[in-house]
Amino acid sequence: MIAALAFYVFAAILIASAVMVVTSRNPVHSVLFLILAFFNAAALFLIAGAEFLAMILVIVYVGAVAVLFLFIVMMLDIDFSRMREGLQRYAPIGAVIGGILFLELLFVFGSWQFAPDAATLRLNATPGPEVTNTEALGQLIYTDYIYLFQVAGLILLVAMIGAIVLTLRDKPANSKRQDIGVQVARAEAVKLANPPSRAGLGQLGIIRRPLPEAPKPKAVGHDHHDHHGGGHH
Amino acid sequence: MTQPLLANYFPILVFLAIAAGIAVAMVGGSVLAARQKPYAEKVSAYECGFEPFDDTRRRFDVRFYLVAILFIIFDLEVAFLFPWAVALGDIGWLGFLSMMAFLGVLTVGFIYEWRKGALDWE
Amino acid sequence: MNWTLVLPELVLALAGLAALVAGVLPKRDTSFAINMGVFGAMLLAAVLVMAQPEGTAFAGQYVSDAFTRFMKLLVLAGAALGLLVAMDWNVKEGLAKFEFPLLLLFSSLGMMVMVSANDLIALYLGLELLSLSLYVIAAFNRDSERSAEAGLKYFILGSLASGLLLYGASLIYGFAGSTNFDRIADAVSATEGVPFGLVVGLVFVLAALAFKVSAVPFHMWTPDVYEGAPTPVTAFFASAPKVAAIALLTRVAAGPFGELVEQWQQVLILASLGSMILGALAAIGQKNIKRLMAYSSIGHIGYALMGLAVGSDLGIRGLLLYMAIYLFTNVGAFAVLVAMRRNGRALEGIDDLAGLGRTDPAMALAMTVFMLSMAGIPPLAGFFGKLYVFLAAVYGGYWTLAVVGVLTSAVSAYYYLRVIKVMYFDAGEALDARPTSLSVVLAGTGLFTVFFFAFPAPFLAAAQAAVAALVG
Repeated sequence: MIAALAFYVFAAILIASAVMVVTSRNPVHSVLFLILAFFNAAALFLIAGAEFLAMILVIVYVGAVAVLFLFIVMMLDIDFSRMREGLQRYAPIGAVIGGILFLELLFVFGSWQFAPDAATLRLNATPGPEVTNTEALGQLIYTDYIYLFQVAGLILLVAMIGAIVLTLRDKPANSKRQDIGVQVARAEAVKLANPPSRAGLGQLGIIRRPLPEAPKPKAVGHDHHDHHGGGHH
Repeated sequence: MTQPLLANYFPILVFLAIAAGIAVAMVGGSVLAARQKPYAEKVSAYECGFEPFDDTRRRFDVRFYLVAILFIIFDLEVAFLFPWAVALGDIGWLGFLSMMAFLGVLTVGFIYEWRKGALDWE
Repeated sequence: MNWTLVLPELVLALAGLAALVAGVLPKRDTSFAINMGVFGAMLLAAVLVMAQPEGTAFAGQYVSDAFTRFMKLLVLAGAALGLLVAMDWNVKEGLAKFEFPLLLLFSSLGMMVMVSANDLIALYLGLELLSLSLYVIAAFNRDSERSAEAGLKYFILGSLASGLLLYGASLIYGFAGSTNFDRIADAVSATEGVPFGLVVGLVFVLAALAFKVSAVPFHMWTPDVYEGAPTPVTAFFASAPKVAAIALLTRVAAGPFGELVEQWQQVLILASLGSMILGALAAIGQKNIKRLMAYSSIGHIGYALMGLAVGSDLGIRGLLLYMAIYLFTNVGAFAVLVAMRRNGRALEGIDDLAGLGRTDPAMALAMTVFMLSMAGIPPLAGFFGKLYVFLAAVYGGYWTLAVVGVLTSAVSAYYYLRVIKVMYFDAGEALDARPTSLSVVLAGTGLFTVFFFAFPAPFLAAAQAAVAALVG
């Protein structure tokens, strides 16, 4: 009874928030309603016994996809009121198509018919009380479905390549980038010296500033100082 | 239709119900009890005492998008790790190597990203 | 677990991974070497496909038989030719990045997964691997607004089609309780009557695949995407992916749903008629040759679908031959479009071909051959392609299809001949010298188109074997 009640509550919120996604004026609100819809869909998965799917929906869709949606919505520098001008014009056609699809679905599910041995073929979300949903999935994905699993990995790889190819700006060839390794390894950057004990810096030839006892011609002194100062930093 | 695991989630349902109840009570109480006198100046956007002089919607650097989508890809990869870790005892060497191959493919992708400089900001 | 069966796919995937690492690790530009490496990997995969044993692997998710061999060879040939056509163009347009051949490679891998799919999930994953690569290469020239628009348009409509496919697949799974094609076929034959929900699911899947082959009424993205994408990318779009999607369509229709032939036949007859008529009429007024080729490809898909729509072995054989001939003729014609370049700038107008008959007689001759073949003039290859599907339609008693096919061929001959007229009878300046790689492609595909009539036997035999494997 509680499960049925929870189902209707979550389903009602899901549909309401889905409607709000489409009708909100502010696209940021649309994204927030979308997140609400994801949460409720996760709850529905949970009620159906698909525990792992519910959690993944929250982690991947709410945690990552919705974030991306927010980025996109903010990045698009679009006048949304102008975009909505077409809405009035196309709304009737959209409504007709939606209505036809809805009627079709009513017919489909009104006269639903299973194949004779569908029930035995179909996999249960939870095979037994002692095997959790996540474990049941784990026993299938990596062995029985290894082929599809590896193809999925390649799809992710192509997505990675695609994102980089389409958005990453190559740095212009003549701009200088920081390369810490090279900078440290440069010969004059760091000097290793083996000073004898009781020897001052001046005796070793490493002079930070002109010593007052040995005044030199001004220009030369400055040169000296600048050179070493640069080297030390 | 009731699944056995649902009993574990009953406390969460109770928590959600209480949270929803409190939220409705607070907002609804404020609507009912407080005096509402909205006027144009009061409901306008407030930004550090200035009139908001710019649209909040402006172009972001596309690099934000790149970081976000790379994050999603690795997020999905991690999602595949959970059932694997739970079932590792039952699926044997084939299951183990299967995941290693999957991770290998994505490691190649990671090398690509790294060398391309997609992970550098600057 | 039968690992040796998937060797071609495995080799291609490993080559792709190796090329990805080889592209980024060295400091210098390795894109030419990677182009060559990917080309070699495709050839190697084709050799392995020819030596591939028959059977199923991975609990029936993957199937290898004469049909998959035929289709995979076509797909790999299309991809390899597409790469050859693109190489020089990419260098000239400043797009010579090593990711381009890699994306072609991964899309070929997706097509091979599609062709070998014996399971709804494998079908979907193969299609996604293909589509994702195609979205990216459509927008590959990302600094061009038209290219970006083409990629975006293709992406949005393509994901809509993927959604339809998934929805249809879920209905089919709900009915049959399995995603495996053999199990679905069992479930269909074990059920009395025709379940309504199953038919709706099937129609959703067919609609999504019709989108991928750009058959009417799911063709609307084609002209814009073909026009906006870089020309060699368009050449690729119009060749290999269509072959793979047709293979998938044939497999789904003739395999698990072979007994529901009356249900899918109506859909395909409508799509075939619509595509032929639209392809013939809409191309007439085009000024941009890429748009013209887009409508032409819609028309050709109409002829090819005719073979499937008649629902006979003969028809499917005609379809396979049609796709093989279409692939080579089409790549050849696009090689000419890729070579259209004056003073370093790429051209796309039909008028820009003017005077080609004098300035570059060899290329004009090749283009004439391709255009006449597409129009279906004997004794060129295109004539035989049309002959086989029309014969199948006549034998099956589908006179409407055959008559409309002949009429639309006559109409479409008008715009193919117009291209020839522009080349030989209008005056124009010379184009830039064409690169060697394009000459090779032009010569190869041109010779195939001209001399197909002399040696159709091996192709007929291969197609016959493929049909036998498919229908069983």
